[in-house]
Amino acid sequence: MSEISQAQSQYNYKVVRQFAIMTVVWGIVGMSAGVFIAAQLIWPELSFDLPWLTYSRLRPLHTNAVIFAFGGCALFATSYYIVQRTSQARLFSDKLAAFTFWGWQAVIVLAAVTLPLGITSSKEYAELEWPIDILIALVWIAYAIVFFGTVIKRKVSHIYVANWFLGAFIITVAVLHIGNSMAIPVSMTKSYSLYAGAVDAMMQWWYGHNAVGFFLTAGFLGMMYYFVPKQAERPVFSYRLSVVHFWALVSLYIWAGPHHLHYTALPDWTQSLGMVMSVILFVPSWGGMINGIMTLSGAWHKLRRDPVLRFLIVSLSFYGMSTFEGPMMAIKTVNALSHYTDWTVGHVHSGALGWVAMVSIGSLYHLIPVLFGKARMYSYTLVNIHFWLATIGVVLYIVAMWISGVMQGMMWRSINADGTLTYSFVESLEASYPFYFVRFLGGLCVVAGMLIMAYNVYRTVRGTEEHMYLETKPA
Amino acid sequence: MDHGLIGSISTVLVFVTFIAIVWWAYSRQSKKNFEEAANLIFDDEEQHKASTQQTRESSTNE
Repeated sequence: MSEISQAQSQYNYKVVRQFAIMTVVWGIVGMSAGVFIAAQLIWPELSFDLPWLTYSRLRPLHTNAVIFAFGGCALFATSYYIVQRTSQARLFSDKLAAFTFWGWQAVIVLAAVTLPLGITSSKEYAELEWPIDILIALVWIAYAIVFFGTVIKRKVSHIYVANWFLGAFIITVAVLHIGNSMAIPVSMTKSYSLYAGAVDAMMQWWYGHNAVGFFLTAGFLGMMYYFVPKQAERPVFSYRLSVVHFWALVSLYIWAGPHHLHYTALPDWTQSLGMVMSVILFVPSWGGMINGIMTLSGAWHKLRRDPVLRFLIVSLSFYGMSTFEGPMMAIKTVNALSHYTDWTVGHVHSGALGWVAMVSIGSLYHLIPVLFGKARMYSYTLVNIHFWLATIGVVLYIVAMWISGVMQGMMWRSINADGTLTYSFVESLEASYPFYFVRFLGGLCVVAGMLIMAYNVYRTVRGTEEHMYLETKPA
Repeated sequence: MDHGLIGSISTVLVFVTFIAIVWWAYSRQSKKNFEEAANLIFDDEEQHKASTQQTRESSTNE
């Protein structure tokens, strides 16, 4: 696109296109890294005795790549798109928006270099060292300026509910990131947290759970509130419910962090508070899910012929499933069984692959043709195949982890009559092997789906209009 | 004031605020506004067409 036509057009789609394409690229990279470390758990030789390929260094690479590179790019792309279209205004600043794109890509590349080298602050989901943390903070502040600047210059009186969720996500992630990353640097690659002991753990999981609550939930709910009604071609089921949903969700999520620290040095009342808040959180979560799914009420037939809508609605089903499972696992007695087992890993992936990835993928399939001025995706058949690969992959993954996790919990707590442990740790590990293989297969399905998506996106972007109609009907 | 009292007061305040939000969301006055807001996502189709028109023209220039 030439500079002149870019400046003339109503909306800045350039930055949205860049983030949308990188979402697919980082999705493939991050999920492949996940499949590789899943394979390492079955075949440990896959580290090839290289320190850079050890599980402990690649695991944060995987989590950072899928959450912040894939999820982050998806959020940047959709939020810049939604805020422009629902405010009917161009982005506040094209230059700052471009800075957020290149800055965020720099963060991702720096993460991909430093984490395999073993440079880490060792805080989960916040492993990056202080110079990168500062870059993240700068990019995020620029993001907030672009987003809220656009909201302020809107040409309509209302601020659409999706923007409320996206705004809450941007503000809260800034607060969480800056609060949790406070550290004293001792060199360019090493720093020590400002917090110590149980306070450090509390800060870490205040950050960690709200990375789930605001990065992986509020942001993607913003996506849902725009793309589900848009793809279904009807307004959201209840706008009133969405208002209550917003305020209930943002006021509750921030308290749920302590459920990650049950039966630790954290004061007992704090654990109980975190548990109660986590259980109550079920209500707004399901309110939002029902609001999204019921948007289709009276138009369920659309699901049959529209695989993009299917992605979006199934993502909401997984959202409902994992937001039922989560509060249940936050109950202390359930947590006593589930904590430190594969059940937690399964729960995270039912949220991450089922909800976050599928709602992003559905939104991208809606977005890519619009952004590149095409009538529709190159092939609906491929979208449909991707849908089934993703669904089967997630189900294989979470079922394997449920069985493995509950089994581990039972084996670890099993005690002989004389009080000694019935099983050694290695025995429980051995019992988990078959399920690790099933998990690996599930992961392969998910990555295969992403590769098909990349091909479909490539053909859509490069294709001419004639190609679009090779298939007569959507699948 | 001790911790217990502050805790109780803030709990009541949050509860009252939440009830007020629900009351406002479901009040009759808000209905029309919210209907307008819910349809915002369909309101800019014209402007959007102008935007993509330019995209199409420029992509043929490549």
